[in-house]
Amino acid sequence: MGALLSSEPMLGGMAQTASDRAEPVLRAGNTNCGGCGMSIGLQLLAHAAADTPIQLAIPACCGIVTAGPFPYSAYGAPTVATTFASAAAVACGMAHAARLNGEKTRVVCWAGDGGTYDIGMATLSASAERNDDLLYICYDNEIYGNTGGQRSSATPLGASTTTTPNGKDVPKKDILGVMAAHAIPYAATVSLAHPEDALRKLRYALHADGFRFLHILAPCPTCWKSEPAEGIELVRLAVRSGLFAVYEVFDGHRTVINVDSELSKDALARYFKGQGRFRKAGHEVDAVHAQIEQSWKRLRRRAAEARSDEAPA
Amino acid sequence: MTTTDPGHSGALSGRAHAKHGDDRMQLVSANHAAAIAATLAARANRTGRGFGSGVYPITPQTECIELLCNQSIEKGHVVRVESEHSAMAVCMGFALAGARTFTASSSNGLAYMTENVFAAGFYRLPIVMMAVNRTLGPPWNLWADHGDTMALRDAGWIQLYCEDNQEVADSILAAYRLGEDPRVLLPVLVCQDAFILSHTMMMTDLPAQETVDRFLPPLDLPHRLTEKARTIGGLDYPRQTEGHRMQHIQAMNAVPAVYREVQASFAETFGRSLADPVVPYRMEDAEVVLVSMGTMASTVRVAVDAARERGVAAGALRVRMFRPLPDALLRSYLGKARRVGILDRNLCPGLGGILWGEARGLAPAGAIVQNYLAGVGGGDVRPVHIERVLADLAGRERAGEPHFLEVG
Repeated sequence: MGALLSSEPMLGGMAQTASDRAEPVLRAGNTNCGGCGMSIGLQLLAHAAADTPIQLAIPACCGIVTAGPFPYSAYGAPTVATTFASAAAVACGMAHAARLNGEKTRVVCWAGDGGTYDIGMATLSASAERNDDLLYICYDNEIYGNTGGQRSSATPLGASTTTTPNGKDVPKKDILGVMAAHAIPYAATVSLAHPEDALRKLRYALHADGFRFLHILAPCPTCWKSEPAEGIELVRLAVRSGLFAVYEVFDGHRTVINVDSELSKDALARYFKGQGRFRKAGHEVDAVHAQIEQSWKRLRRRAAEARSDEAPA
Repeated sequence: MTTTDPGHSGALSGRAHAKHGDDRMQLVSANHAAAIAATLAARANRTGRGFGSGVYPITPQTECIELLCNQSIEKGHVVRVESEHSAMAVCMGFALAGARTFTASSSNGLAYMTENVFAAGFYRLPIVMMAVNRTLGPPWNLWADHGDTMALRDAGWIQLYCEDNQEVADSILAAYRLGEDPRVLLPVLVCQDAFILSHTMMMTDLPAQETVDRFLPPLDLPHRLTEKARTIGGLDYPRQTEGHRMQHIQAMNAVPAVYREVQASFAETFGRSLADPVVPYRMEDAEVVLVSMGTMASTVRVAVDAARERGVAAGALRVRMFRPLPDALLRSYLGKARRVGILDRNLCPGLGGILWGEARGLAPAGAIVQNYLAGVGGGDVRPVHIERVLADLAGRERAGEPHFLEVG
């Protein structure tokens, strides 16, 4: 690590150093809520893109409010604010234009769960099917945060939102399964509590060819009704409990588990308890734990298959 | 894929024929004329930042994007997307990066695209879109009605309505020159009537690439993405939006003068004229004036000739440029009119015809201005129907409610 640049913030568990970008992707003075998982994700992206020119396409979500009002920009990279459902399609045009002009720019979509799981799903699916040369990162705060906290199809079972006041009655969509099913070159989940794994994935995904998809579980203290300082710890609990599996899928089939989970019931209970959004509906920890065990059985089987496929005959 | 020059290639349209030794003349539908013109404009930007397009089919526009997908465009790429909404989004991505862009749509496709049509206007991107005017559904109806593009009148685009295939091709070439002018920087919608033009073949003069290269310099979009960190299209407070809208007004206000320059350059380069924003016919001493848009104007001219033979001082105006509305030109042409019939091939329920709603105040005080809803839903408006309009107009003591002309 080089010398600390005292004028820049220390975020994402890592200090800005002289070997980093000249300026962060998320500049100081932005208006994101304290403890916003997206902010941490953007700091990690800055580390990953230290020596790579990037352009951002961000749909009309929290991520574009982050930019601040014209003519200011809290983003330290060229950024296009797209219509809500269009990030992947606008980025597709940007990426092709960069290629036509021989530019090294990597185009990154930065979108929430609303723009990814819901309104932008058709656009995203089509872009993945075309294998557009872009990196799509979903910062998933499991809610429509920008409109004040309504359910999305990423909202987990039992979470209270303004439109599901008694708790959501269906579980969240398996977005990584959906994206991997497109057989894209790379799809991975990213834990903010595991920055080395996160940085490795961001760096790999930034430079790989074709369509790459990263899914970040991004705590939203405002809507999760959790302590801003505890966001990273909540993600760690989600990983330890097995609720958020940290893995990657190459070409739609080769599955690698990056952080093994102890499938801790205790961590699961503490994850639910640390968030006010689960208070009303409550959770049968045993029942959720049983579901997690089932889904991990399937995940481990896929990972084992991938290992045996690669083993020498 | 063909790599031959479109100006000299029968292969490009698949069914073009040279005629009278003039190898620029091709027998093509207006859909193909549009695609060939767009391809010429695309190739002309090969020395600039290239060309990009997002395309999605819809009847009766499909043949246009099919032909585009079969072109070989140096420094260009056509993306086959999943919806009209994304077709415009892909064009916006290309355009924001400084590339020249084209797409085409129609009817419900335009309705589905609408959010991004507005966005392209607000981003001030000189995207050119060809629209085949078709009735909005349900119930589904494929025939010509201007309601689909007129519903986009507030989207901040220039709108041109064409009368024949030549005008479609010429308007697309001119649209790039006009929209990309630094004083304008606006997207342009080039409209043509479903089937009447889109699927009808006419001998069309399609210029050679080197001629188009002279007419269309490479696009230099001043606000394109560079390596500079800034956010395009982020947040505005009301004060900033007022500023942006004022700039949009100024750009629209610049269109008439820039358009005259484009006309002059077009005539010099291609050796034929580019139609005026309002096209007059026998207007010198006209007291009875019929105002229409698109192909209906051809039928109106036949009826005007017949009326003139009966001794009626009839004339006609074709509104070719609908945005910006050429109100000064219309007011000037209507200066001596006593009776004005405005024919709308569209319907705004609760108002009447959209053109009438906008142009009725431009006739002199005391003139009778009557709205005729003609060919709504694509009915074939024939000379006999225009005769009925003239008879109705002649017999009126005052204007009434919009008159729904049933032509079936």
